[in-house]
Amino acid sequence: MPTTRHDVVQQLQARLAGVDSMDEAALEREHVHVLGRKAGLLTAALKSISQLPIEERRTFGAELNQLRQRFESAFEARRRTLSQAVRSQEDDVDLTMPARTTWSGGIHPVTRVIDEIVEIFHRLGFAVAVGPEAETEWLNFGALNFPPDHPAMDMHDTLYLDVGGDPPEGERMLLRTHTSPVQIRTLQASPPPVRVVIPGTCYRNDTFDASHAPAFSQIEGLAVDEGITFVDLKATLIHFAHEFFSPDTKVRFRPSFFPFTEPSAEMDIGCLLCGGSGCRACKGSGWMEILGCGMVHPNVLKSCDVDPERYTGFAFGMGPHRITMLRYGIPDIRMLFEGDMRFLSHFGE
Amino acid sequence: MNISRKWLEAFLRQPLDTHDLTERLAMLGAPVDSVERSHAALSGLVVGLVKDTQPHPDADRLSLCTVFDGQDDYQVVCGAPNVEAGKSYPFARVGTVMPGGFTIEKRKIRGLTSYGMLCSAKELELGEDAGGIMELATDADPGTGFLEAMALDDECLEIDVTPNRPDLLGHKGVARELAAGYGIQFRLPAIEGDYPSVPAPVRADGAEGTTGGVRVAIEDPEGCSRFLGAVIRGLTVGPSPEWLRSRLEAVGTRSINNIVDATNYVLMELGQPLHAYDLTSLHGPAVIARRGVAGETVLTLDGTERTVDGDMTVIADEDGAIGIGGVMGGETTEVRNSTRDIFLECASFQPSRIRRTRSTLGLSTDASFRFERGVDRWAAPDALRRCLEIILATAGGTLDGDPVDVWPEPTNPPRIFLRPARVRQVLGEEIPWEALEQYLVAIGATVVSKPDDGRMAVDVPGWRPDLREEIDLVEEVARMHGYQNFSSELRPFRVGSLPDATSDVAARAVRRGLSAEGLYEVVTMPMHRGEGAESVPLLNPLSAEEAFLRRRLIPGLVREVERNWAQGVRDIRLFEVGTVFRMAGPGERPEEEIHVAGLISGRRHPRHWTDGGHSGDCDQWDVAALFRRAVALANPAATVQVEGGSWVAVSAAGSVVGRTERIDADAPPWAAPVYGFEVVLDPAERQSQRYRALPETPGSTRDVSLVLHQDATAEAVETAIRATRGTRLESVEVLSEFRGGDLPAGSRSVAFRLTFRDPERTLRDAEVDKAFRRILQAVQQQVGVAPRAVDGGAAEE
Repeated sequence: MPTTRHDVVQQLQARLAGVDSMDEAALEREHVHVLGRKAGLLTAALKSISQLPIEERRTFGAELNQLRQRFESAFEARRRTLSQAVRSQEDDVDLTMPARTTWSGGIHPVTRVIDEIVEIFHRLGFAVAVGPEAETEWLNFGALNFPPDHPAMDMHDTLYLDVGGDPPEGERMLLRTHTSPVQIRTLQASPPPVRVVIPGTCYRNDTFDASHAPAFSQIEGLAVDEGITFVDLKATLIHFAHEFFSPDTKVRFRPSFFPFTEPSAEMDIGCLLCGGSGCRACKGSGWMEILGCGMVHPNVLKSCDVDPERYTGFAFGMGPHRITMLRYGIPDIRMLFEGDMRFLSHFGE
Repeated sequence: MNISRKWLEAFLRQPLDTHDLTERLAMLGAPVDSVERSHAALSGLVVGLVKDTQPHPDADRLSLCTVFDGQDDYQVVCGAPNVEAGKSYPFARVGTVMPGGFTIEKRKIRGLTSYGMLCSAKELELGEDAGGIMELATDADPGTGFLEAMALDDECLEIDVTPNRPDLLGHKGVARELAAGYGIQFRLPAIEGDYPSVPAPVRADGAEGTTGGVRVAIEDPEGCSRFLGAVIRGLTVGPSPEWLRSRLEAVGTRSINNIVDATNYVLMELGQPLHAYDLTSLHGPAVIARRGVAGETVLTLDGTERTVDGDMTVIADEDGAIGIGGVMGGETTEVRNSTRDIFLECASFQPSRIRRTRSTLGLSTDASFRFERGVDRWAAPDALRRCLEIILATAGGTLDGDPVDVWPEPTNPPRIFLRPARVRQVLGEEIPWEALEQYLVAIGATVVSKPDDGRMAVDVPGWRPDLREEIDLVEEVARMHGYQNFSSELRPFRVGSLPDATSDVAARAVRRGLSAEGLYEVVTMPMHRGEGAESVPLLNPLSAEEAFLRRRLIPGLVREVERNWAQGVRDIRLFEVGTVFRMAGPGERPEEEIHVAGLISGRRHPRHWTDGGHSGDCDQWDVAALFRRAVALANPAATVQVEGGSWVAVSAAGSVVGRTERIDADAPPWAAPVYGFEVVLDPAERQSQRYRALPETPGSTRDVSLVLHQDATAEAVETAIRATRGTRLESVEVLSEFRGGDLPAGSRSVAFRLTFRDPERTLRDAEVDKAFRRILQAVQQQVGVAPRAVDGGAAEE
C-alpha cells in the first residue's frame, strides 16, 4: 500500500488512464482491484481517511470521491464500448438494412372524409341514417317540393331504371340524384326531434370527366325540432367548417335556391389554395362553394306529416368527393374511382 | 345570363366597380361565374391624332400621315381615302396585337416606312365597314386608350341565375336588386334618337281584338294568357345604330338588323321575349294563339320543319301555324331586308307547357328559357311600348293605330300574409315591423300593414312568380337583411331520438377490419354490363358498357386488378363495400344489398431481404383466411363451409351469403394468381362480446398423427374428436400434413394437437390419457381413421 496520500492519488490516476484500452476480463479485474468492496485500492484509501487529521480529511476525501466517480464512469463507458463491439462482431449485422414489413392496407380517401364529417356531426348529436339508392320519382322529387315540369329539375339530370310494369307518374323508379329522399324516409319513420346525417351514393346522367362522375357520394344533414332557426343552421355549419378545415377558416352564407329548403343558402369557405386573394381554383373570388343548405321547406314537413307551424328544421348537403379533391389536391375525380394500388397506398394507414 | 356593367350603370346612373358588383351579386343570390372584358383584343389601341396628311410620292391611292399619340409623332402610310388632318382615329402602334392575332410591325410601303396603322371598323371587328378608317367622334386626348375613349371599356358578367328568379334574366331585374342593395333609385336608360310617344295598349273585349288591321286572338287561354300586338308601317330595315349594336355585343348577342336587335334589346333589358312578323306575309292578316293540331308542321326560323302536337301552343295566321308560341318564330313570316310593315308580338305563355314543348322539340331558346321560368305578364305592355319606341327610333315608320291587348281573364299577382312571429320562428331573430316593410318594399312588393291582427298583407310584384307563400317572404326578408347579419351562436339543442343505422355501423367495422388485413378500399362505378335477367337495366344509360346496375362487386374489382397489371403492379390487395341491385317484380323497387368483396394477388408479405427475395405468393389458404375474417365481420351469423372446390358462407336460414373464387382474368405472364371473395353484409345490429373468465388451471396437450384415407376430411376428424363427451377437451389444432413415404397411396398423415383443461382443478395424466384414448377410439369408429404413431407423454403448455 502506498505510503503517502500523493502517491495514492498518482497511482490511481495512472490506472484510470489505462481503463480505455482494457479488454473485458482485464476490465473486470481492474474494477475489483480499484473499487472492490473488500480490498479495492480506492476503497481502502477512503477507509483510511478517518485516521487523518481533521483538517486533511476534507480535501483528501473530496479528491478521492472525485476519483471514484471518474473510475465509475470510465468503467461504464468502456463496458458499453466493449459490448457494442462484441455484438456486431458476433452477428455481423448491418442495422441500416430495411426492416421487415407487412401489407398496411387502408380506407379509401373519400370514405375517410365521410367518416371525419360524420364524426364531427356525431359530436353535435346527429346519428347516421341511410336509405335505398333506387328510389321513386315521388321520394326523389315530389315529396321534396319539386314542382312537376319545373326548371329546378334541370339541376338533376336523372338516370331512370327500366323495371318493367307500367308505373304511374311519380312511381317511376330512378337512381336517386341526391340523398334527400332519406330526409323524407327518416321524418316519416320517426317523430322530431330528429338529427341525422345521411351519407350515400347518388347518381346523375353526367359524362365521366375530370370533375363529374355519374355516381358520387353525398352527405346530407337534417335537424328538425321545435325552435330550430336559421341561426342554428349557421352556427352548426360554421362549427363544422371550423372543425373540418381549421378554426380560422373564413365562412360565408349567400342566398341560393333548392326546392326543399327556404330560405336556402350556399356556404362558401375562404379559398383553400389562395387563402382569399383570388386564384383560378376559386375563379378569382377568394371563396369556394362547400355545401348547400337551408331551412326545411314547410311543404317537405307536410309531406312527412310533421306540423310545420310547430316544428322547423334545417338541412344541408355536401359532396365528399369534391371535398376530398380539395383536401388532398387530387386533380381528377376519376382517380377516386380507380383501384390503382400506388394511388391508394398514398392514403394507407 | 350575361350582364353588361355599362348597361347596369345606365340603369343606376352611377359608375360601378366590377369587383364590388361581383361581391354584391353573390350576396344577393346571383353569383358571378366569370367576368370577361369586352373587346379585350382592342386594349392595345390608342386614340391617334392625325396632324398632317400628304399624298404618297409614289402611289396615287396612298397617303402619308403624321400621327400623334400624345408623346411622339409617327409616319404612317395609309390606304384609305377619308383620313383628314385634325381628326382622331384608332391607332395601332408598332407592337400592337390586333384582334386577328397579328402584330403590327414597321413596314416599308412603296419605299416609305410606316410606323403603325390607322384602323377601319372592320379591322377592329367592330363592324362591316372596311371602306374607310374609323373616324372617332371623341374629344379624348391623343394617346388615350381607344376603349376608354369610345366608352367600349365594358365588362360582361356571366351570372348564375337560379331557376326561381326569372326576374334576373334581364338587366332591369339585376339593377333593381342592386338598387335595393345600394339604397338608390334606378331608371330605364334613355333611348337614343327621335321617336313619337307610343300610346298605351288598348284592352280588347274577350279573347280577340284588332290593331292596324290585324286580327289578334287567343284560342288557347291556358297556354297563352295574354297577347299584345302592334303594327308599324313604312319602316326601313337596316343596320342598328352604334348604341344598340354595342349594348347587344357587350352581352354576346350578335347584331342582325334594327328590328331583330330591338326585340333582343328588350329581351336582355326587361326579360320579355318579343317577336316581329313581316306583315305582308301574314294571311288574314291575323295572329292567333291556339293549340297545335297533331301532325301539323311549322318551318321554324332555324330552317327546320317541326311537327307540333296538341300540348303545344302555336301561333297561326288564317292559313295555318307560323310559329311555336314562346319558343321560336317561323321562317315564312320572318322580317326581311325588304320588309316595310311589321306586326310586333308581346305575349305571355304558360311555363310548364313551354317546358314540355321545348323538351319535346329539343329546342331551347332565349325565349323558352325565360317563359318556362315565368315572364312578368303584368309588365308586358311596358315591354311592348319599349320595343316599339326603339323600332320607331331606329327604323322609322309609323304606328298604325293603338296597340291591342288581348287578355281574356285578367289576374293580379298574389297577396300573401306575413306574420312577424313566423319570421322570428324561422330566422331566429327579431326583425322590427318597419324593417320587414322596408325589405319587402325594396323588392318591389306593396305592403299593407294590418297591425291589429299581427300580419302584413303583401302584394308581390309580377316579376317574382317564385313568391307564392309566406315562407317565400321569409326568405326575402332574410336575403335583404343579409345572411351575414344573422347571429351564428351555437345554442343548446336536443339530440336526435334515432340510433345510428346498423348497416352503416356494420359497414364501417368491415372497412376497418379488412384494411387491418392489409387490403385497400376501392370505390368503383356501380354501372356495368348486364349479368343475366336479374340485372336491373337503366332506361337512359350513359353507354352500353354501363347499361345495367351491378349484381356483384367482383367484376368491378377484377377491372381494377387489370388496371394495376397495366401499370406493372403485381402485388394487389383490394376490397370494396358497395350496393348491388337485383330485379324484383315488374314495376317494383329493385332489391338492394350491401356486399363486401376483396381480391388478392401477388406476394403474401412485402419482399424482405431476409427471405432471399423468395416470399411466397398468396394462395387459396390466404383467401380462405380473409374470407373467414370478412364473414365474421359482415355476416357473423353465417358459417363457412366447403362446397364445390371453394368455401361458401351459409346463413342460419341455409342460403349462401358468400363465397370465395379463383379469378380468371386477362393476366400478363408475370402476374400471380388472383383469389377473391364476396359476402353479403347483414345489416342487423351486432351482439357485443361478453367477458369469459381466463383459465387459472394448467392445460395438458396430446399430439397425434392420424392417417386419413382418401375419403376422410380434417373436418370429419375434428367433428368426431369434439363430439366425444366427457373429455374436458378445450381445443383441436392441425399441426402438419404429410404425404408419401410408407403411407398407402391416396392417404396422408395429419398431425393434430388436442388440449385438455378443467377450469376447476389440474387434470391428472391418467385422466387425460384415458380421455385421449376414448377420442381415438371414437375417431376410429366414426371416420375409420387410426393413429400413425402416438406421440405420447404430456407436453407442457
